[in-house]
Amino acid sequence: MVRMASRNSALDALSGLDSLIDADDRDLMSMIRKFADDHLRPNLPEWFDQGVVPARDLAREFGKLGLLGMHLEGYGCGGSSATSYGLACHELEAADSGIRSLVSVQGSLAMTAIHKFGSEEQKTEWLPRMAAGEALGCFGLTEPDFGSDPGGMRTRAKRDGDDWVLNGTKMWITNGSVADVAVVWAQTDDGGRDRIRGFVVPTDSKGFEGREIKQKMSLRASVTAELSFTDLRLPGDAVLPEVSGLRGPLSCLAEARFGIVFGAMGAARDCLETALAYAESRRVFGEPLAGYQLTQAKLADMAVEYVKGMLLALHLGRLKDGPGVSNEQVSVGKLNNCREAIAIAREARTILAANGISLEYPVIRHENNLESVLTYEGTSEVHQLIIGQALTGANAFR
Amino acid sequence: MNIVVCVKYVPDAQSDRTFSDDKTTDRAGVDGLLSELDEYAVEEALKLVEAGEGEVTVVTIGPDEAAEAVKKALQMGADKGVHISDDAIHGSDAVATSLLLAEAIKKIGQPDLILTGMGSTDGLMNIVPTMVAERLGLPAVTLVSSLEVNGSTVTGRRDGDTASETIEASLPALVSVTDQTNEPRYPSFKGIMAAKKKPVETWSLGDLGVDAGQVGLNNAWVQVESFEARPPREQGQVVTDEGDGGTKLAEFLSTHKFV
Repeated sequence: MVRMASRNSALDALSGLDSLIDADDRDLMSMIRKFADDHLRPNLPEWFDQGVVPARDLAREFGKLGLLGMHLEGYGCGGSSATSYGLACHELEAADSGIRSLVSVQGSLAMTAIHKFGSEEQKTEWLPRMAAGEALGCFGLTEPDFGSDPGGMRTRAKRDGDDWVLNGTKMWITNGSVADVAVVWAQTDDGGRDRIRGFVVPTDSKGFEGREIKQKMSLRASVTAELSFTDLRLPGDAVLPEVSGLRGPLSCLAEARFGIVFGAMGAARDCLETALAYAESRRVFGEPLAGYQLTQAKLADMAVEYVKGMLLALHLGRLKDGPGVSNEQVSVGKLNNCREAIAIAREARTILAANGISLEYPVIRHENNLESVLTYEGTSEVHQLIIGQALTGANAFR
Repeated sequence: MNIVVCVKYVPDAQSDRTFSDDKTTDRAGVDGLLSELDEYAVEEALKLVEAGEGEVTVVTIGPDEAAEAVKKALQMGADKGVHISDDAIHGSDAVATSLLLAEAIKKIGQPDLILTGMGSTDGLMNIVPTMVAERLGLPAVTLVSSLEVNGSTVTGRRDGDTASETIEASLPALVSVTDQTNEPRYPSFKGIMAAKKKPVETWSLGDLGVDAGQVGLNNAWVQVESFEARPPREQGQVVTDEGDGGTKLAEFLSTHKFV
């Protein structure tokens, strides 16, 4: 049996967050929550246990719900506010970080790269199908030896007449082995100062290989792959024309990080709601666990961090929808909310004790997932350095 | 074809539902929503219209917050909504409800098809659809698990315990659908945004030409007299097999009409 935490009205009343979220966004959230209750939560323990997820089917479902690239304008995308998109990420990640990752990679990374930097032909070819979930995208930046320092990437794109020839390897690529299209970042040899360029690579190209990475203990309900390119020949117009240099991929990462600011708190909320329900029903020494001071101290601290995290997320949402949000500001959210979400998950686990490690409850799944969320799209340390540089002006990356 | 779907705003069946002081449904203490059984009727209407042409109008009766049920149906894809709201309607029974719905449907303009759910998840009287059809002089095809429209007729399948009936009626007609009919869609993000621009009219008793003396708690033919929580389950009966276990078991099953 899968235990699902229902919305905790006491937590909602304490947070008062509903008053900061407009009616359409609340409807959007309850729609996603209902979809998750019907189609995701009952299956997630098995997907996580087996390390198998029907990513392409889910993409089509999310396409129907309008969640893929929902914050992008035109080309079949939803044109939502950033806050709406963030709140959608919040509800998706309340189900599972791996599910939210699927949507983030499609919308914030692959589609955003094409939408921001692509040619009109690239946009018309890919975006409508990707918004509908008929085509799945992935985003190749990280390499086996280059994570926080992507500028050192070894993947090379060489000019050969009008064509480009791609060689190299990308690692930890969500959706990589099930995608139809990969946005791949590579060093070019065309002599420009900003040598890094993005390429739109159909995954059925000769020389493309995506191998799923198994034996991982986190994001098991998500497809993670290693991509390799062997003399992969691309036409000249496969390059993303509108950007060169690391600014391209980094600006996409800022989009994904924004979703994570909301998403991580979704996972945290699910853990907190589960812990609350458990503490109320579980009796210890003849009394409900919720009645003990030590439990209440834990629950109170978790709730405080959850409310603060959500306020921060909504603040960043308002900035992004208004005057604009800086990458440094997004880093504040990513650093805080991932750090606090995993702390909440761990505390929830102690309230559930042994039951906390069972997939019958969502807590250990969230906790393990958040280990990845804590370090992907910029580790906590990278975000500390970004914030440190914003405060001091000194670049301490090396 | 033009379709009217009658929907109801009900207290969430997942929460602790109760009655108010006047023994009508308590709406203050619980969240309300579009009755889940009505989602099947909305879905069926959307599928029929999407396969051809026409529009789907949803109509509901209830206090201010019942507009949420109309909104949900519009978010799913219905074209327009009617919300019948009047303080005098509070406490109305099935007879009055069917009168208001019938008058509203006349005012909307005779549709080709009226769709309803199999019942509401709160009242569970399951009689309103037939009453509406009777008042409008239309055939009622109730409790179908699938339906098909061919030209000027509608055909539905009603699954019973021992047989499935195929029922045909000429249009216009009223059809109530069960929860086996389809899988209702979720409102999409675009649907949620589009619903804001769809027309919703709010009608009072006066708009429908219905007298306050025909509706409301005081004029209801059926009222709740008393209510009590279901008693806790009693402990099961243990049958000790002393050679006659089979007989005792058979007796138990037949006295409780299980066989």
